[in-house]
Amino acid sequence: MMTGFKLRDPSVARKVLDTIRDLGQEIMVMHVCGTHQDTLVRYGLEPLLNEVGVRIRQGPGCPVCVTTGEEIELAIQLASSGKIVTSFGDIVKVPGKDRTLADIRSNGGDVRVVYSPDDALRIARENPDREVVFLGIGFETTAPTTSSLLLGDRTPHNLSILSYHRVVPPALKFIAQAGEVRLDGLIEPGHVSMVIGEEPYRFLSADHRIPQVIAGFEPLDLLMACLEIARQKAEGRAELRNMYGRVVKPEGNLAARKAMEETFEPCDVKWRGFPVIPGSGLAISERYDDHDARSRFQDELDEFLGLEIPEPEGCRCGDVLRGLIEPTDCPLFGDVCGPNHPIGPCMVSREGSCNILHRWGRNPV
Amino acid sequence: MCLAIPGQVVKLMEDQIALIDYGGTRREANVMYVRPKLGDWVIVHAGFALQILDEEEARETLALWDEALDAFRQEMAG
Ligand code: SF4
Repeated sequence: MMTGFKLRDPSVARKVLDTIRDLGQEIMVMHVCGTHQDTLVRYGLEPLLNEVGVRIRQGPGCPVCVTTGEEIELAIQLASSGKIVTSFGDIVKVPGKDRTLADIRSNGGDVRVVYSPDDALRIARENPDREVVFLGIGFETTAPTTSSLLLGDRTPHNLSILSYHRVVPPALKFIAQAGEVRLDGLIEPGHVSMVIGEEPYRFLSADHRIPQVIAGFEPLDLLMACLEIARQKAEGRAELRNMYGRVVKPEGNLAARKAMEETFEPCDVKWRGFPVIPGSGLAISERYDDHDARSRFQDELDEFLGLEIPEPEGCRCGDVLRGLIEPTDCPLFGDVCGPNHPIGPCMVSREGSCNILHRWGRNPV
Repeated sequence: MCLAIPGQVVKLMEDQIALIDYGGTRREANVMYVRPKLGDWVIVHAGFALQILDEEEARETLALWDEALDAFRQEMAG
């Protein structure tokens, strides 16, 4: 990649770390993105940051992980009753009540993993006599891609969407208000930000006095973000800084934002590990009701609404997602729970902290 | 799934589709939200290009950071 190599320059990295050390701050930083976590763990940045006083944790930044068992159960019901359910990969391996979408597929159900919502569109066109449901999972990076299915007049009559999309800022607000974790700084997800821009985060600095950095995904992006947070902390400031200007424009992506506004409306939704977070979900807007799987199959789904599904025994995903513990604090991490035999969604999803840590280990490459 | 990756537009096609090159691997992406030119670098997520990468800014980032670091360290030392 064009910019990749240079943003891994070890001599600059050393200088950043030394500068953080010289600032003499002990800080706790949260980020909410699987790709950030991947960079932190893959390049062994976490121990290096710990040495200079920075602890860093992934909060609820894994869309598959925060999707609730109840939500997955609804998708399972639709797949068991003969519909084609299309979905991104990881979610098919997370159980609802007592089985996964992958189990339904092994038993003859039609569950298809897609790479893009456009694939769901194609599947619907190729199967005009079947009901096709697209499982919309993901944050603001993914939501506009789902919106595209509804815009214009390209939506096939047999395509509907089960929207479990969620938005990041209300969850951050919840965490800031709950005050369970010390939050000396937030590293905002670069790719969510390329869609929503800078404005939606500002209140966190203005009202909650939290330093924030919008950061990219190279090692130096993250080290510089930590330095900026340490520096603001040392100087008693709390501001939002966009340090991913090569991709994130202040206003984000206006066309994508407009598409989201047109097709979704905010709703209150529970996140795994959290209670209901106000305004944190994206429901299909009423004018597209015909293509909202919740309305279309309401009769079928009604009896499964509000289903309380207990977390797998001993799994501490909820605490991991709240930023309260590290994956290694979970007694099941490692031998009992690993990517090939996951207990909880944080080990299933490649964006989950447990999976990422298990995959790369703690050793720098 | 949230993995968004940069690639270069090598061909503009019909219906807002472009062919994107990711260091040798080529794949189509929907460009309805960005309208890139041939040769632009775009960030693609779930089959959709969602932003155009500013090459100038990307090239300058490291140099600017390195400079800012030196200046800041001097300030701290002084
Ligand atoms: S290690 Fe496994 S059991 Fe423990 S919190 Fe993570 S996913 Fe759950």
